[in-house]
Amino acid sequence: MKDASPAKPYALHLGVIALLFALSFVLPEYHHGLLARIMVLAVFAMGYNLLFGYVGLLSLGHAMFFSAGLYGAGLAVIHLGWSVSAAFAAGLACGALLALVIALLALRTSGVAFMIVTMMFAQVFYLVILYLAAWTGGDQGMVVPQSMRVLVLGSTSLDLTNPTVRYMSALALFSIVLLISLAIVRSGYGRVLVAIRENEERTKMLGYDTFSNKLAAVIVSGTICAGSGAAYALLFGYVGSSFASVQYSILPLLWVLLGGAATTLGPLIGTLFMYYVIDVASGYTSAYLLIVGIALILLVLFFPKGILGSIRQRWLGWLP
Amino acid sequence: MMPLLTTKDLSRSFGGLRAVDGVDFALMPGEIRAVIGPNGAGKTTFVSLVSGRIQPSSGTIIFDGADITSLPAYARVRLGIAYTFQITSVFANLSAYDNVALPVQRTLTDSRSKGAVHTGVMAALERTGLADWAQMPAGQLSYGHQRLLEVAMGLALKPRLLILDEPTQGLADSEIDNFIELVREIADSATVLLIEHNMPVVMQLADRITVFNAGRILAEGTPEQIRANAAVQDAYLGTTHG
Amino acid sequence: MHFGPHLLLAALEGLVTSAVLALTALGLSLVFGVMRVVNVAHGEFFMLGAVLAWAISTAISGHPALGFLAALVLAPLIVGLIALLAERLVLRRLNYNPEATIVATIGMLYIIQQLALTFYGPEARPVEPPFSYRILLPWFGYSGYKLSIIAASALLLVATWLVLTRTKIGLIMRATQYDSETAQAFGIPVTRVYAGVFALGAMLAAVAAVLIVPISQAHYLMGQDPLLLSFIVVIIGGLGSLRGTVVAAVLIGLSDGIISVFFSPTLAKIIATLLVAMVLVFRPQGLFGTASR
Repeated sequence: MKDASPAKPYALHLGVIALLFALSFVLPEYHHGLLARIMVLAVFAMGYNLLFGYVGLLSLGHAMFFSAGLYGAGLAVIHLGWSVSAAFAAGLACGALLALVIALLALRTSGVAFMIVTMMFAQVFYLVILYLAAWTGGDQGMVVPQSMRVLVLGSTSLDLTNPTVRYMSALALFSIVLLISLAIVRSGYGRVLVAIRENEERTKMLGYDTFSNKLAAVIVSGTICAGSGAAYALLFGYVGSSFASVQYSILPLLWVLLGGAATTLGPLIGTLFMYYVIDVASGYTSAYLLIVGIALILLVLFFPKGILGSIRQRWLGWLP
Repeated sequence: MMPLLTTKDLSRSFGGLRAVDGVDFALMPGEIRAVIGPNGAGKTTFVSLVSGRIQPSSGTIIFDGADITSLPAYARVRLGIAYTFQITSVFANLSAYDNVALPVQRTLTDSRSKGAVHTGVMAALERTGLADWAQMPAGQLSYGHQRLLEVAMGLALKPRLLILDEPTQGLADSEIDNFIELVREIADSATVLLIEHNMPVVMQLADRITVFNAGRILAEGTPEQIRANAAVQDAYLGTTHG
Repeated sequence: MHFGPHLLLAALEGLVTSAVLALTALGLSLVFGVMRVVNVAHGEFFMLGAVLAWAISTAISGHPALGFLAALVLAPLIVGLIALLAERLVLRRLNYNPEATIVATIGMLYIIQQLALTFYGPEARPVEPPFSYRILLPWFGYSGYKLSIIAASALLLVATWLVLTRTKIGLIMRATQYDSETAQAFGIPVTRVYAGVFALGAMLAAVAAVLIVPISQAHYLMGQDPLLLSFIVVIIGGLGSLRGTVVAAVLIGLSDGIISVFFSPTLAKIIATLLVAMVLVFRPQGLFGTASR
């Protein structure tokens, strides 16, 4: 099915990117800002989806990869005075390195043990951030100074605090990661990842070193999430320990479940939907965690394939 | 001629039970070897040891002159030992095409070339008569087709040794005839090790037969020799087919 | 104060922590052992117990012991009922699938926590202890109530142990734990056993919370630390092992008490969490357990 027609999926994905680009010029200011944030967080969800949706590894600790990027980039600017692009690279490197170490340990386990181990490592990461308050600002967090948030590209310099620049940067990151994940999913490597999810033992007997494949998947997933975190620090100018808390490990799971696990566009849809539900609901109640909780339970009970997963099952079989 | 596969004093115990007990076994390149024996004789454990799905308690396994006893299963597959499962375990949610593409893309040196993958997949599907069902999820294929898909996946690995664990189980008689043809074709390019209960299939296909009983090799020989062997008749043929 | 008395004080505090922890962790361990469900909302049942204890004891006037005793009986019962409801409405419908139930219990965690915030509020509120007798040691006075917590917890643990090993209910639970399909075939009402175990697990957490609330205060976020510590205890003690759970609870409670006297509590938590994660990675059957099935 994957080799049926490559044109349709690419057209759809480019169409989504074009739509997001066009929205930048018509959205009112509030929604414009919100959508920029959603695109950055959707990158987080896409990184999570790669591991959870395609490889079938349910991590409860992805907040550590997001915040590795967040702090890696943020602190590089704040303490070392690095440029935006160097700091972004630092964030990616922190995420990749952390993912390598965590994967080597956590992949020795599977199933429920994998979930708990990843949750515990993330908790350690969170506590370390609190413990090193002198560097990280503890639970107060730190602001990345506006004057430092300038992206220099050749002779032009872009002010990341400008809403349009911010939106376009978020869109650029989102588009790159979306196309990367589409390419991965449609590649032979993507096929191996799905095979591991469906039946790891069988995949081994086709000659695949499943451990190495999973290791690579955790690193790619962790690096993408770190990219989201690094972009968050640089675009929105704040690094804080709440992004490392267990809640931020649960949120990408929720977004992906809602949008549809193992669909390339599901993470965006899930993040978008959840953000607006909370946004609307917060007009009536401050209890947004209640909505998160109810959504989680309803999803696993009645809607385990998510929005896009159900659409793919019913109508659009070609959806990647 | 040097054997393709040799095991020396190969044993595996589960708890107190010696499922495979000091087996010395040799398989020559190009032959079709059937392994028969009553249930619980250790046949599946034996081929699982050869394929690396379980580790032996003691003994050595030599493939093509190299000691592979401590190699993980996936590395043995890469050396050319393919194993098709007794219980059909195709990837039910993937299309037949994707099921075969998995082994094809790994054996290609240039796995990025979609054209090469496509050619390889369609060749394997056509050889097993499944080309018309390429896009169907494997779980929705008929049982016989799922068994054929298993074989197609094994073939796509381009194995030097293909291990078939009860491949005709659950097949209709007409399907079995096609299957025998297919195994003969495979044997032109690979050595076949076949666990089989269906004696007519064994007698038609096998060059030589090895009989297992209680974890040990009871007898070994040509189909005629095995048919004439009194001990085998006592242990196996007489009880299950008499 | 000199080092010796200081250590004694730390050890006593550690034993109180251990006592409460053993009860809470036992609940988590039972639920995982019998049902194979990792109940992430376990800490919230603990918190509910404490919050209900406050509500019940403030509603009853007169001697503080009256309110406390009422709380000790009623709070666990109410929590048990809520757990029963959650089991019926959610976990059973998920067919106790391990991964789906984790996601669902995370949902329960958020719901319970948020409802507690809405109806109980963000304040930390004290519950008056039933008695305030102080035992005078040569170096310092020590709360008699704290010592009674240790005794009450020991009593409850022994009672649970007796139920599990000496009664028919215990036998049925162990049979279900060992092989639920065979148990079903022998006429054991497996779904009812699951419901009962889930409620019992929640009640153990609630009892522990009622015991601790006179010395710690009720707060809507108080479930987080017990959850983490219970996980640690259950993993170190080996899943489903009552003895392992108690030994690990004493070990963790004492070391937590002693370490946090001498080190920063954050550092202590970092080290403990990291060590436990390593245990799970390299010795998944626990430090005291035998190889799992």
